[in-house]
Amino acid sequence: MAEANVSRRDFLVKLAQGSSLAATGAFLWAHLLRQEARAQPFALRPPGALPELDFNAMCIKCGQCVTACPYDTLKLAPAGGGIPIGTPHFTPRKVPCYLCPDIPCMNACPTGALSPKLKNINDSRMGLAVIDIENCLSWKGLRCEICHRECPLKGKAITLETHPRQLSKHAMFVPLVHSDACTGCGICERACPTQEAAIRILPHNLVQGKIGEHYRLGWTFDTEITQDFKPAAPAAPAAPAEVPKQAPGMDYLNQGL
Amino acid sequence: MGLTRRDFLKTSIAASTAATVGMPLSKTAEAAVKQTEAGWQWDKAVCRFCGTGCGIMVATQGGKIVATKGDPDAPVNRGLNCVKGYFLGKIMYGADRLTQPLLRMSNGKFDKKGKFVPVSWDQAMDVMVEKFMAAYKEKGPHGVAIFGSGQWTVPEGYVGAKLWKAGFRSNNIDPNARHCMASAVAAFMQTFGIDEPAGNYDDIETTDTAVLWGANMAEMHPILWSRITNRRLTHKDMVVVNLSTYGNMSSDIADIEIVFRPSGDLAIQNYIAREIVKRNAVNWDFVNKHAVFATGPYDIGYGFRPAKADQFASAKEMEVVKNEQAHVIDKWEAIAQRKQEGEVVKQTNILGAKPAADWAIGFEDFAKALEPYDADFTTAVAKGNPDESDADFKTKLQKLADLYCDPKRKVVSYWTMGFNQHQRGTWVNEQCYMNHLLLGKQSMPGNGAFSLTGQPSACGTAREVGTFSHRLPADMVVNVKKHRDTAEKVWKLPANTLNPQIGSHYVKIMRDLEDGTVKWAMVQVNNPWQNTSNLNHWIKAAREMDNFIVCCDAYPTVSAKVADLVLPAAMIYEKWGFYGNAERRTQGWRQQVPPPGQAKGDLWILLEMAKRIKLKDVWGEQKVAGLKEAGFEDGKLPSVLDEAAKMGYKPDMSLYEALFATPDNKKSYKWPDAVAKGHANHIAETLKDGWFPEKAMFEEYRKFGSGHGHDLAPFDVYYDDKVRGLKWPVVQKDGKWTETAWRFNEQYDPYVKKGAGIEFYGNNGKSMVMGDLDKPGDGSKKVDISGKAKIYFRPYASPVEQPDKEFNLWLCTGRVLEHWHSGSMTRRVPELHRAVPAAVCWMHPKDADSRGLKRNDLVWVESRRGKVKVRIETGGRNRVPRGLVYVPWFDEGVLINKVTLDSTCPISKETDFKKCSVKVYKA
Amino acid sequence: MLRRLSQFGVLLLFFGTAHWGWQVAKDVPLLIGNLSASEFAGLFPMADPFATLQIFVTGHLLQQKVIIGALIVLAFYALVGGRVYCAWVCPVNLVTDLAGWLRQRFGIPAPTYLGRNTRYFVLAAALVLSALMGVAAFEWVSPIGMMQREIIFGLGLGFQALLAIFLFDLLILKHGWCGHLCPLGAFWSVVGRRTAQVRVRFDRTTCTHCGDCAKVCPEPQVLNLKRLDEVGYVYSGECSNCGRCTPVCPEGSLRFDLRPLIRRHNIEAGKGHEQ
Repeated sequence: MAEANVSRRDFLVKLAQGSSLAATGAFLWAHLLRQEARAQPFALRPPGALPELDFNAMCIKCGQCVTACPYDTLKLAPAGGGIPIGTPHFTPRKVPCYLCPDIPCMNACPTGALSPKLKNINDSRMGLAVIDIENCLSWKGLRCEICHRECPLKGKAITLETHPRQLSKHAMFVPLVHSDACTGCGICERACPTQEAAIRILPHNLVQGKIGEHYRLGWTFDTEITQDFKPAAPAAPAAPAEVPKQAPGMDYLNQGL
Repeated sequence: MGLTRRDFLKTSIAASTAATVGMPLSKTAEAAVKQTEAGWQWDKAVCRFCGTGCGIMVATQGGKIVATKGDPDAPVNRGLNCVKGYFLGKIMYGADRLTQPLLRMSNGKFDKKGKFVPVSWDQAMDVMVEKFMAAYKEKGPHGVAIFGSGQWTVPEGYVGAKLWKAGFRSNNIDPNARHCMASAVAAFMQTFGIDEPAGNYDDIETTDTAVLWGANMAEMHPILWSRITNRRLTHKDMVVVNLSTYGNMSSDIADIEIVFRPSGDLAIQNYIAREIVKRNAVNWDFVNKHAVFATGPYDIGYGFRPAKADQFASAKEMEVVKNEQAHVIDKWEAIAQRKQEGEVVKQTNILGAKPAADWAIGFEDFAKALEPYDADFTTAVAKGNPDESDADFKTKLQKLADLYCDPKRKVVSYWTMGFNQHQRGTWVNEQCYMNHLLLGKQSMPGNGAFSLTGQPSACGTAREVGTFSHRLPADMVVNVKKHRDTAEKVWKLPANTLNPQIGSHYVKIMRDLEDGTVKWAMVQVNNPWQNTSNLNHWIKAAREMDNFIVCCDAYPTVSAKVADLVLPAAMIYEKWGFYGNAERRTQGWRQQVPPPGQAKGDLWILLEMAKRIKLKDVWGEQKVAGLKEAGFEDGKLPSVLDEAAKMGYKPDMSLYEALFATPDNKKSYKWPDAVAKGHANHIAETLKDGWFPEKAMFEEYRKFGSGHGHDLAPFDVYYDDKVRGLKWPVVQKDGKWTETAWRFNEQYDPYVKKGAGIEFYGNNGKSMVMGDLDKPGDGSKKVDISGKAKIYFRPYASPVEQPDKEFNLWLCTGRVLEHWHSGSMTRRVPELHRAVPAAVCWMHPKDADSRGLKRNDLVWVESRRGKVKVRIETGGRNRVPRGLVYVPWFDEGVLINKVTLDSTCPISKETDFKKCSVKVYKA
Repeated sequence: MLRRLSQFGVLLLFFGTAHWGWQVAKDVPLLIGNLSASEFAGLFPMADPFATLQIFVTGHLLQQKVIIGALIVLAFYALVGGRVYCAWVCPVNLVTDLAGWLRQRFGIPAPTYLGRNTRYFVLAAALVLSALMGVAAFEWVSPIGMMQREIIFGLGLGFQALLAIFLFDLLILKHGWCGHLCPLGAFWSVVGRRTAQVRVRFDRTTCTHCGDCAKVCPEPQVLNLKRLDEVGYVYSGECSNCGRCTPVCPEGSLRFDLRPLIRRHNIEAGKGHEQ
């Protein structure tokens, strides 16, 4: 009996030890995962990549996209590199995406982390080009505009706006990026001739704002006054209501002056 | 421009941001900048690249350029630069800069098949001169040649021309400007009797219309384009028209884009002239007073080898080259030239038979000649985009004619290589003057035909100095005795020193190397083995024929690779110099930094060569074929040594002493000179004989133009802190050196007779034979053309090579904004190289589809002459029509000139790089 | 030696395809990818079924390609024995074997004890964490993944993780990683348990109980004599078919054999013995 007790106690102790060890391990593991796999805001993914969280879940880190890329654009993130480990990404200033029409990286992806829903490479959205207008040569009036000329979607993703330059009789040709067409391929960032690129690709969520849902820009579509207007259903018939103890505004009003 | 609402909003946002550009720096920021810049020394200089001629400021510290900036006081660019200009401070510091002479050697001796080995300047010069003298003795003055440049400084070009023409008595000197401006020159000379545009860049701010004819100014003249764009944005009547064989960046601003079929411009010009006549828009007052109608022969060939071409061209090439002898008239030419389709026309007016001969005609003949060029014909022959309807094209033509004909509208026509690099380049230039003269829209602010130059000193050096095979300074030519006499007088030469026979032009020097008539050639400031069409022939000639080629360059180029001796050259800010831009503006700069290693200025190389050659080596009797016509004994250029002795020149005197470091020059132009303000001059300091060669040569050169409408100010004036270049003629007015804004216009030009209003004085004292459309008369009736310009009728002529079943695409070549010419400088700027690392072949997406190609595919572009591998681009900056591909030539990895056709305008001898036929297939 | 050849060979195929563009035909790469997922000669895909399972439990819909690939790989190892992967393919095994060899060489004592079954908890935890965190939990920390990626694609800091495993195996726990912790090993242990057709046959008639086999075995618990006696071959899925025991057995009692043949052999051998 005593023996049985000992073994039972032993078992309980072991169980407690084991589970605390397991809990600690799991906790550390989970923490590591959270650190590592947290959607890294700076990673630029290959064309067709799912939204960052889904991509991180789906990517099996096999590197087939890396091998399939004919331009050596894609790299697998190293451990501790600030980008989720083992996942493919690219650095446009080094090698941009050259937008292969047949999208070999996406076709190589076995899991669908690079979604085969991408049919036309020009529809890819790897990031968004952003111009530092304080250091852009063209915004200073110099005739550079390399980003515009080198843009594979020139005239759509990057357009030139011309403006009289107040300082002289030379017009300015300022490049503007349009998010509805920019693929984020980074050819512009690669080509930018300034010491540090004055045009850069950033993930959309870092740069794009959003106009409130409650407002529509006046010129975005034509609005006609609705002719057959249907009023909202009338409020529920007011039952003989009890007088509430609280009513809006009373707290403020009772605060005194 | 038809802004949509969306566009409008984006525009206004950008405009409000743009308004902040140019705001002054904060005080602290300014102080920080001043701190880093302490110890920098600034001086004014000129941009190294295109013919625009932007002024810059250069900062140096410790013998290095530390920064550059656009010169805010320069009227051309007002402080701005294009992205090439932005990198001026970096072009001299490429990693593979040449710093030591390199000679092909085996076992310590020169060997044509040997490898390049570093040698001393002395050894390099000894071998070079030994080889020179051997070639000279064997082949005579025309057995040696020099490829000069529109990027030579004025003193360099002048010394080159004087050394060759007066020293070596050889006219085998021709600049790469032959590839660039020769057609413009020929047309200026034929039409006005004097070279270079009448107008200036201020035309942009005074005109209502800019018509671009084969000039993609948006990329090739970026800073001028920003002026045109500014005018378009701020002047509500301003209209911009872009005529080109493919859609390009200039179309983005243009109100009308006309894509025409190669050579269709000849028909469009005549269509406009016909409209002017039909609509009674001729400015008769102007025409009667200032112009005369003229024409010339049509059977002038295509600029191939005039004889024995089949010994050098392959059978495939001969399919095209045979046209040089006889050309079969096609259905368009039959209409345009009043001939029968299928008629075989012997080309009787090819080289040697005066293709430039012309004669006067009456207006009735002129009008009759224009008759076939109606809208239907012009559309049929000139519409360049197969996806555009005839009706649309006709509408555009009509709008273009409306713009020209509107008497209230000022019009400037601009052109560059589209006109000049043209099998009928001289004609199409002249057609442009035809329309401006018919309308009286010439030589007035905002009105005129303006030829833009490609190179920084195509005007200043190549044209004004006369570094061409037929020219002498100040528009004089070697085959006119009066001109030779003048030059011999200024140069203090014995009579008959100068060779009256026109030398070999650029392409012909290549052909001479191929057939062995030239056995020694030098290259300065250009890259002939990349920039000349049909390269495979010339590369083979350089490497396999018994010849000696010297290449002076700052970097190892393709031309250096095929050379036998490579001499390290100093670059622009490592020497003193002048450039002359497209608006006749001459601008000077000082040496800012010393050249690296053993590199030396081209001027020093020429002078050092002159030191090693004695008068007796070259001024004795020389073999030159022909010459009877020029009044010499047949086949002989006489010895002038006796005459020279009488003038005090001893036979053992070197050319250096006789022509350059003369006692006068040494006395009058001493180095050091106060104008230097402390700047060095590595050439004067290496020569060590106390003279200032750049100044002496410039002052001597000035004598040619002074009083002849080409006047320049004295050397020192250009170095005045306040001067930002001066547009010639520069004459003294009230003790001040004053430039000329518009030539031939009494209001501005001191050379125009008082009361004349307009006077084309270049033709003063000249006359023409009167004839009819087909032939000159018997000479009995002559027309005096003093003060007049010529209105030429020139017909449409089809391109000599056109796409067929096998070679089914047009190939057009050109440049890109990021790279200058053959890329030897800009490709060494890491940032520019990164931006545009390689040439691509622009192709219409449908043409790519139909060949099973897609964007970025590696393809072969192949012609009858050669092929290159290149990636295709179906989008991007150029929108080529179906049936045409465009490949830029800056990339030595894509030597597209192996593919192009070496057909030239027979009058100007300028190669047509804009059209030949190719096939494209997957590599 | 054969095992090393196999381990390096597989890596070389991946490396050659990635770096030297090895192809079986024009534009058909030889073996693209890595051990997580790959495609052989453009013909059939392969994928790590454990990684695939982790992604699956995160609740993401996978592409057909990776599922087929996982099934192919699963079927293969199910036939040859799950942990054949560990001994013949896994690159980390190179590191742990080195650690094991050094440990034996220098006689480093074992200061720690950890149950061999820990790995199954880790395996379970990997799946649970994957489901909870929404990412394939083991793949994000896997030293196996790091090592092969470092080798095939040449990256950076992953060798630190390998160093950690090496030191752990060398100084702390014998066969610590492969034998105790690795969830992938645990996964493969489960997979091959019943279906593996290649096993080590045990001939009880000749066995002298000398124990040489247990000394070299990285998973000595699989050589439980009682169990061996019962079934006649190394039954446990934890056996990696590494083949260390077969050459050391002085009596030749342990031999590789196909499972259907083992039964007959044992019956015949038993008969002989009884007679």
